[in-house]
Amino acid sequence: METPAYLLAIGTKKGLWLATSTDRRSWNVSQPHFLMQEIPSIGIDTRGNRTRLLVGVRSEHFGPTVVHSDDLGSSWNEPDRASIAFDEGDGAAVERIWQILPDVPDRPGVVWAGAQPISVWKSTDSGESFELNRGLWEHPDKSEWGAGYGGAAAHSIVPDPRDPGLVHIAMSTGGVYRSRDGGANWERASKGISAYFLPDPEPEIGQCVHKIAADADGRLYAQNHRGVFRSDNQGEQWVSIAEGLPADFGFVMLTHPRRSGTAWVIPLVSDYERIAPGGHLAVHRTDDAGETWRAFDGGLPAVDFNTVLRDAACVDASDPVGVYFGTRGGTVFASSDEGESFVEVATGLPDVLCVRAAVLDGGLTPRGAAAEAERTTAG
Amino acid sequence: MAANVSVVLPQILADVAGGRTEFSLTGVDSVRAVLDSLAGPYPILARRLRDETGRLRRYVNVYVDGEDVRRREGLDTAVADGQEVIVIQSVAGG
Repeated sequence: METPAYLLAIGTKKGLWLATSTDRRSWNVSQPHFLMQEIPSIGIDTRGNRTRLLVGVRSEHFGPTVVHSDDLGSSWNEPDRASIAFDEGDGAAVERIWQILPDVPDRPGVVWAGAQPISVWKSTDSGESFELNRGLWEHPDKSEWGAGYGGAAAHSIVPDPRDPGLVHIAMSTGGVYRSRDGGANWERASKGISAYFLPDPEPEIGQCVHKIAADADGRLYAQNHRGVFRSDNQGEQWVSIAEGLPADFGFVMLTHPRRSGTAWVIPLVSDYERIAPGGHLAVHRTDDAGETWRAFDGGLPAVDFNTVLRDAACVDASDPVGVYFGTRGGTVFASSDEGESFVEVATGLPDVLCVRAAVLDGGLTPRGAAAEAERTTAG
Repeated sequence: MAANVSVVLPQILADVAGGRTEFSLTGVDSVRAVLDSLAGPYPILARRLRDETGRLRRYVNVYVDGEDVRRREGLDTAVADGQEVIVIQSVAGG
C-alpha cells in the first residue's frame, strides 16, 4: 500500500504552486504554474478514482477561465467552450471565479462555483461545464446587493451533506441566502448578523459576510465584516460567538469535517486596521461551537503584519485534521495537529489568495510523482 | 467591403492560437469580422480578447494600421485591403 500523500494547492496573485508532503511537516513545493496570472479559486476533487484539480485562473488582460488537471498539474486542460460564462442575453460577463467546490462523495460529478458578479454556478460533469443558477441571478433582492472592496461576488457555497436540497451561500455584500430546493429558490438567512456600516445595523440583507462554513452537525458559522456568528437553525437566526476572541474582524472561517463544534478563525483587529492584533498572527479554535476560544501560535512568526484572506485558509480531511493558511505576504503555513502548531510550507510567494488541501490516499500517482521529481524543493 | 488583412497577436497568446502570432485573413470587412474569423479555429483565443457580451476586454487593445480602434468605431471599425490589425495587451497589472 502506498504512503498517503498530502497535496496543498496555493493560489496567489501571480500563479499557482503545488506543495506535497507525506507527513505534513516537510513539504516539496513546485515551480509556479500560470505564472503572472491570478489564482483566486481552487477545488480539489478526490471523488472517484482520480484527483482532479480545478483552478480558477484570471489574467488582468485576458479575463477569467477555469482549467483542470487530472495528473497533479503535469498537464492542464481548458475546454474550448468556457466552463463558466453567461449567455449572451444575460448582458453580463464573468469577472472572477471566487469559489470552486466539489460536492460530497455521493453526488459524483457535482461541483459548485461562485463568481463575480454575484452568481452561483453548478456543474454535473466534474467541472467541465457549469450552469448559471438562475434562481439567484434573477433574485428580487439583486438590486440591493453591493460590492465589498474585493468586488461583488458569491464567495461561500455550503451544500448540506445530508439534504441535497439544502444549500447556503454567502456574498459580499448581500449576506447569507438559503435554498431548500437545490437552488431553484433562495431566501434571506442573515437575521442576527450585524451591518454596522448601514443605517439599520441589523438589516435583513446587505451584510458583508466574509465567509461561512458548516460543522458536522450542520450548524453554521460566519466570519462577518465585524462579528463572528453561529446559527443552529440553518440561518434562521444568528447569534454572536465573538466573545473570547481578541477581535471580531477577519476573513477566515473553517470548520472540522467530522467533529461538531470545532471551528477556526484568524482574527484581524478591525476593518480600519487589517492586521493581526499586535502584528502577531494566531489561529483561534473553538471546540464548543463558539462558547470558548483558544489561541494557537506555535511555529508562527513573532511578527507578521500581513492579512489572511477569506479563501487563503483551509482544512484537510485527515485525522488529526490539517489546517493551512497563507498570508498576503506570501508565506504559507501548515498544521498537522488541528491548528495548534504550524510549520512553514513556503515563503516569498506573491499574495496568497487561496489554499486547498487534500489527502491522496493512493499517494502521488506515478505520473504525478515523476513530475514532482522534476520540480525544485523549496519547502 | 471584404478585404485581405494581416493580423499580429502578442506572443503571450500564441499558445491559444495554434502556436502562431501572425495570420493572413481574407474576406473580412471589420475588426469584428477579423476577431470572428479567428474565433472559429481558436475559441479560447476568442474569449481572451472579448468577454461573453462580445465586448473587447478592457486591457486588450486593437490597432488598425497603428490606430486604436477605440478611437474609431470600436469593433465596427472597417478594415481595408492590405491593412495590418495588431492586438496588444495594454499596460495594466501590478
